[in-house]
Amino acid sequence: MIEVKNLTKRYGDKLAVNNISFRVEKGEILGFLGPNGAGKSTTMNMLTGYISSTSGQILINGTDILEDPIKAKSNIGYLPEIPPLYTDMTVDGYLSFVYDLKKCKLPRKAHLKDVCNLCQLSGVRSRVIKNLSKGYKQRVGLAQALVNNPPVLILDEPTVGLDPNQIIEIRTLIKKLGKTHTVILSSHILPEIQAVCDRIVIIDKGVVAADGTADEIAKNITNEHKMVLRIEGTTRTAKDKDEIVSALKSIDGMKYVRADMEREKGIYDYDVEAEENVDVRRAVNFICREKNWNILMLQLSDLTLEDIFLKITTGGATVTNKGDTPQIDIKTDENGQITAFEERQTKTEKGADK
Amino acid sequence: MGAIYRREMGAFFTSGTGYVFLSVFALLSGIFFCNNVIAMGTTNTSGLFTSMFTMVLFLIPILTMKLLSEEKKNRTDQGLLTAPIGLWSIVMGKYFAALTLFMIAESIVFIYSLILAYLGNVAWSILLGNYFAMLFLGSAFIAVGLFVSSVTENQITSAIVSMLALYALFMFDSLSSRVSVEFISKIMNSLSFYSKYSEFTQGVFSLPSVVFFISTAFLFNFFTVRVLDKRRWG
Repeated sequence: MIEVKNLTKRYGDKLAVNNISFRVEKGEILGFLGPNGAGKSTTMNMLTGYISSTSGQILINGTDILEDPIKAKSNIGYLPEIPPLYTDMTVDGYLSFVYDLKKCKLPRKAHLKDVCNLCQLSGVRSRVIKNLSKGYKQRVGLAQALVNNPPVLILDEPTVGLDPNQIIEIRTLIKKLGKTHTVILSSHILPEIQAVCDRIVIIDKGVVAADGTADEIAKNITNEHKMVLRIEGTTRTAKDKDEIVSALKSIDGMKYVRADMEREKGIYDYDVEAEENVDVRRAVNFICREKNWNILMLQLSDLTLEDIFLKITTGGATVTNKGDTPQIDIKTDENGQITAFEERQTKTEKGADK
Repeated sequence: MGAIYRREMGAFFTSGTGYVFLSVFALLSGIFFCNNVIAMGTTNTSGLFTSMFTMVLFLIPILTMKLLSEEKKNRTDQGLLTAPIGLWSIVMGKYFAALTLFMIAESIVFIYSLILAYLGNVAWSILLGNYFAMLFLGSAFIAVGLFVSSVTENQITSAIVSMLALYALFMFDSLSSRVSVEFISKIMNSLSFYSKYSEFTQGVFSLPSVVFFISTAFLFNFFTVRVLDKRRWG
């Protein structure tokens, strides 16, 4: 169990963390979400006793981290932003060192074997860490945090540098660990936090912007009045384009329609924006059915973290979509296996909001 | 402390620092032994140990340069400082690892005294006194080097600054004679490493000097702990 009361960290004049309070119960996974530089890592470094707080109190399983740091730290497994790996050691040698460092009492061989199996490191145990790929290094970092089976796990961006399959594996692992441990994990990737965490704390510029369950937060982050459509016309030529644009414009509550690039042969993407709080998805579908067009893609434009903060802090009054948000197209084969990732830029004209 | 000690000992030999230190130590002291003792046809080792003072001054920074600076650079200090151990354990683990390597180097040099014993009559008490003097000197210098390593983030900077610091300590003697204010030169004399060390090489075992070296070692290790502690509050 972790309890944080009025935590503040000041670097000179700069307030890195300003009066943060929250609680995490046993068996709960708390997601720490915020843009880069929001104070996530600073908070985590304070929770683990790496740096001290300017004011406020941190209780780890009832022990104050400043009063009895050794007892408090023995309850924590920490994976920092950069895993603290001695790269000239082998995986086994390093984990054995951590085992000694944490004064672990569990049977050495069996425990390290368990940890390696859990993090899927069994195949690389005798390899020197510097020769491992980034994903493996990240997993060694996670294994290091799990040594001595601490009841509290603090993970700073645990999936950075992993490929999509590994990300899914690590998320599954964290979820599994979350049943028996208290877990805090940080990320600046929204879907990641949503996928894993029971509760989300959004932090921005050192203050808590929101604190709630994933569902409560999720309500704030859908943006159903802006989307990108890919529609196949009847002739599959540029001629369709104008017809589709004018048809879409005729929908009630539609604010703005613009044909985008040709993504597939003769098929175009359309940036669509309706009046706020108007959901035009059904009307779009209806028109397409009527005209015998096919909707090949309908993608609600994702909000950036900044948008979410704005929405949460201003109660959803103004939401602007940043024109340069990178989006990922995920291609799958018929079995649902991911075959490719393609990054593309969604271009929303800045003047469109007016 | 044990875990850190064992890791550092391993790192000395996987990184090659240990081999470089030991081989250069053996090579230079071997040259000094030939020139100052064998070539002179004497069993008086004071010349050998006087030369070794300067050698140790330049070699110990190589031993200590990366002990803490590299931890900070690679952010591995995060692992140590969030582990359930105290700051003293971290510093002592590293300190004793370096001291152990220094003692290994000294025991190589001990072969020379066996050669001397074979060739002639050796005053063992004086000779052993020399070895202990070297050990005390090393224990103080390693603490200074470790302290410099804790305030730097780059190995090379750490090595050069420690060399300069140790050289400055060595220069206290020659500088003190040039200082006209009597009480300052007195203070400088009493802080001199070299005069205390050379007493030993002459065969004088002085307890105050032993206390001086050991308290210097303690003081600088204490400073190192303070540096690590201070960083948390930065």
